[in-house]
Amino acid sequence: MPQDAENPLLLSVRGLNVAYGDTPVVRDVDLDVARGERVALVGQSGSGKSTVVAALLRLLPGGGRITGGIIELDREDLAAASEARMRAVRGGRIALVPQDPGTNLNPAMRLGDQVADALRADGLRGPAVRRRVLELLAEAGVPEPERRARQFPHEFSGGMRQRVLIAVALAREPELLLADEPTSALDVTVQRRILDHLGALAEAHGTAMILVTHDLGLAADRADRVVVMLDGRIVEQGTPEQVLRSPQHEYTRRLVAAAPAAVVTQAEAGASREAPPPSDREASGDVVTVRDLVKEYKVRGRGGLLRAVDDVSFDVPRGGTTALVGESGSGKTTVSRILLGLEAPTSGEALVDGRTIAGAARAERRALRRRVQPVFQDPYASLDPTHTVERVIDEPLRIFGIGDRDSRRARVAELLDQVALPRDVAQRRPGELSGGQRQRVAIARALAPEPELLVLDEAVSALDVLVQEQILDLLADLQERLGVSYLFISHDLAVVRGIADNVVVLRQGRVEEQGSVDDVFHAPRADYTRDLLGAIPGAAFAR
Amino acid sequence: MRSYLLARLGQSAVTLLLASVVIFLGVRMLPGDPALAMAGEEATPERLAMIRADLGLDQPVWVQYGRFLAEVASGDLGESTRTGASVASMIGATLPVTLWLSLYAIVVAVVSGVVLGLVAERYRGRWPEWMANAAALTSLSVPNFWLGMLAILYLCIGLGLFPASGYVPITEDPVGWLVHLTLPALILGTGLAAVIMRQTRASMIETMRTDYVRTARAKGLGRTRVLLRYGLRNSLIVVVTIAGLQLGGLISGAVVTEQIFALPGFGKLTLDAVFQRDYPVIQAVVVLTTVGYVLVNLAVDVLYSVIDPRIRVGGRS
Repeated sequence: MPQDAENPLLLSVRGLNVAYGDTPVVRDVDLDVARGERVALVGQSGSGKSTVVAALLRLLPGGGRITGGIIELDREDLAAASEARMRAVRGGRIALVPQDPGTNLNPAMRLGDQVADALRADGLRGPAVRRRVLELLAEAGVPEPERRARQFPHEFSGGMRQRVLIAVALAREPELLLADEPTSALDVTVQRRILDHLGALAEAHGTAMILVTHDLGLAADRADRVVVMLDGRIVEQGTPEQVLRSPQHEYTRRLVAAAPAAVVTQAEAGASREAPPPSDREASGDVVTVRDLVKEYKVRGRGGLLRAVDDVSFDVPRGGTTALVGESGSGKTTVSRILLGLEAPTSGEALVDGRTIAGAARAERRALRRRVQPVFQDPYASLDPTHTVERVIDEPLRIFGIGDRDSRRARVAELLDQVALPRDVAQRRPGELSGGQRQRVAIARALAPEPELLVLDEAVSALDVLVQEQILDLLADLQERLGVSYLFISHDLAVVRGIADNVVVLRQGRVEEQGSVDDVFHAPRADYTRDLLGAIPGAAFAR
Repeated sequence: MRSYLLARLGQSAVTLLLASVVIFLGVRMLPGDPALAMAGEEATPERLAMIRADLGLDQPVWVQYGRFLAEVASGDLGESTRTGASVASMIGATLPVTLWLSLYAIVVAVVSGVVLGLVAERYRGRWPEWMANAAALTSLSVPNFWLGMLAILYLCIGLGLFPASGYVPITEDPVGWLVHLTLPALILGTGLAAVIMRQTRASMIETMRTDYVRTARAKGLGRTRVLLRYGLRNSLIVVVTIAGLQLGGLISGAVVTEQIFALPGFGKLTLDAVFQRDYPVIQAVVVLTTVGYVLVNLAVDVLYSVIDPRIRVGGRS
């Protein structure tokens, strides 16, 4: 909805500058939002999009401050407003739907009270508060609001918590909703339901919305206008159609090209992955064979058993890639832990080169461990911050007793070359590297003992789209050159499309469907797979 | 919740049993012979043997331990080898003094510590925080006995605000009781207050950076309201832990404070008993202190689950 006489301007930001200490993070941002309009703010991490949101609420963390510009809400400049005035604006006229439902609710307060606080901030008192809380929870899609209102956040799933946060945001019928990556911490199918619901509520109330996201596809699906940010500046804006079809700025062009959803839809349109099917590869056979795998956990206090993995069978072809796809709780990480020998299966087998780690003798287990190496999701958490990069990569070599000092040093240099990092990185520490560089280090470390299989557990999920693309390219390249096999674990079907030969779709520990990537993507048999495919944001790409 | 409490009670019982072994052996390892202390240097070997038989000291150690355990369990703490009075009555006379003193000191410490901690966080980087920090650092650095002596010198003798020594039971004269205990409790509580203040402040700073605090502010709540409703409770876990751990220090601090203010409490009883090798009294004192400590820890664990709902149901987090 572009602004016109019926939709007068609600928010007008001119020349906004924000700095943390002496470092400017938002520069000369101009942004207009009309009443009822949905604007998506897109950019990678560090682009300043969340800072803009925080600045609008004047809730910048720590040393952040607005260094210039005006933020006009109905002609009142919020950048210069008093704190008391801002308190009336927050929640009342501009409300926030924050990113991570796991950390945005007070763990020690009943959910009903947390919604009630938003109403009490408005001066509402007495039994009317309770009535309205239940109303809001019901409206946000929380079932049994009377019972649920008395519960604490830890008793709620992520999606349910996000619904509570939506109830909080809508409590005082604000004119502008700031949705800061509201669903990036949720599973895709939950994400879609929440966004649908949020969109419907905003529309019903005529609420304008600024949707902050790193996902161009999601932005295009859900907004009237897309605004692209890079390094604190707005580099491009327009309708989703304009931005996706004829991006003007170089950065937007790269973003559009790299969006995994684009890869999917292009593939749907007929392009096929050029990699040969696994059976054509020179060294044929399967490096991993998983048969009838079952893993049960005792549930504390209830005397029950939880089947985390329920009768799962699949293979990873030598030199190929099998993807395990599923939402949280689907058992995909448990399968990988069993393959890595970190857990023992309850029954069934997980064989690497025909042998199992779980039942092996000590020496053999060591040898098997060397053949299977993990790369984890969060490169910020998986590298020891006190080690140099050289020591990180060198560690598996030392553990497995490979080579002497000099040969190991040479090997580290070689590995850095392979993952396309400059050699001088060796003497730096993880804290000095970017997320993408760190993930390259993690891959180099995994490759160090020359494994046959890498278990990539959400290995690109924490990375920005462009970095994600680079890492996926690197992985494909390494596979080509080294013939290493991948077990690629992801919740993101769009990413899987680009890298895997086979897909195994898991749901609540069971295999819903498996087959070659082409079959699963083009002719999904299970309803659940169709659901997952449909939930990938970026339908706009296919238009 | 009930099964959690039962489990924690069971753990406490085991802890106490282990502690009883340590106490029993510990007391027996003290240098000196109680029979000799009772009979005097001139006693004949027959007389000593008689006294030992009387006290059961000629029995094997494990029999002695069994008897000790049975007596403690039945509430019979024996008689003082020195005065012949029942240990239970000696403790009955002195325990309330120390309990009141400790309780008063804890209240002083928690209230002033938490309030100062809150003030320090609310006015971060401004003079109230500096004052609170300076006060905390000072009371941490100055030893209790020195502070106590200064207080007696200036507040009691100089200004005559408080009595310098003595104790009045609360049942006889509540006002006199309060007046007599206030200064000792303040002195005893300062160290703990400083620790609690610093913990509260550090923990509040952490909490106020969390996402849910920002979300609460985005609801339109004022900073002070968010501090109290969202910050305080989540910071209290740390405070309760520290207060619980510091209680041992409080008990030993009470011994010193009682000496300075001549309070007829547990501390004085303990010191006298140790000097006179009064085994039954020492044992009883240590057993009671241990029981107190274990109970406090139990209370701390229960408090956790009251403060943080996530701890309530058997480990689900």
